[in-house]
Amino acid sequence: MSQGVGVAGLYVRDQDEAVKFYVGKLGFRVHTDVRNGDYRWLTVQHPDQPSFQLGLFAPQPPTIDEDTAQTMREMVAKGAMPPLVMVVDDCRAAHERMSGNGVEFTQEPVERYGSVDASFRDPSGNGWKMIEARA
Amino acid sequence: MKQDPLLLRRLLRAKDRMDAASHEAWPMSRLARVSGVSEAHFARSFKDAFGVPPHRYLLTRRIEQAAALLRDTDLPITEIALQTGWSSLGTFGRTFRDVTGRSPGELRAWQRDAAHQLEVVPHCFVSAAHRPNLTIAVSEKRRRASGDMYLSDNAEGGSVS
Repeated sequence: MSQGVGVAGLYVRDQDEAVKFYVGKLGFRVHTDVRNGDYRWLTVQHPDQPSFQLGLFAPQPPTIDEDTAQTMREMVAKGAMPPLVMVVDDCRAAHERMSGNGVEFTQEPVERYGSVDASFRDPSGNGWKMIEARA
Repeated sequence: MKQDPLLLRRLLRAKDRMDAASHEAWPMSRLARVSGVSEAHFARSFKDAFGVPPHRYLLTRRIEQAAALLRDTDLPITEIALQTGWSSLGTFGRTFRDVTGRSPGELRAWQRDAAHQLEVVPHCFVSAAHRPNLTIAVSEKRRRASGDMYLSDNAEGGSVS
């Protein structure tokens, strides 16, 4: 086991919707899905990246108060959360496959700086840049 | 102010669409349709959500796009104006100077003097960092600069819808 980042999380508006998206449309797998009352610890994993889990967390009490949770839901829906980058072998092929699955692309694949990149959002509003790995 | 996250997500879609095609015409009716709300509701909600009226946001994207083309290409300024959605070279040049403080030609020279090592940062984040921060209307900025309280020309209304 190597050292490093194990889990980094996103805020999502609705965890069921997020699972449908990240698992059903992007091809992630559910790693952990544990509930305790209203709280749900939910992480997914990229099939090629077993040492990292992406958390899909709902902003909600008791971890944060309801006013703050509402603010966070608004921030996510406004696309104000920090950048996310996904690396793929073939950006155009991934774009075609994901578009076919109904993923909302905000930028079609563009070739620049010796690579190809595109952008999409998850249903909550989190923005992903998808970049083709340079050969 | 609290806003419904579902509405905000739909407003974000209109913002994304302007980002993806800022050279196109974006009349309020088209933007409102993307967000699935009435025009009046769209204009008000967009400003509440993103801090600027939709057409001023579009203006910043066009200027940003033009600045990137000035930096990254050798295209003539007339061509850059056309490609970034301006129908008049005069309006482009004037608005560009009002927003960035430099004429398109001056900005091109200035950007090329500065050696940039930005290839390691994904392109969209670089552009966002270079986005002009336009917090007041162009006409207002121009009026403050000139001290003329009666200047009525509004670059936003005339050029983006």
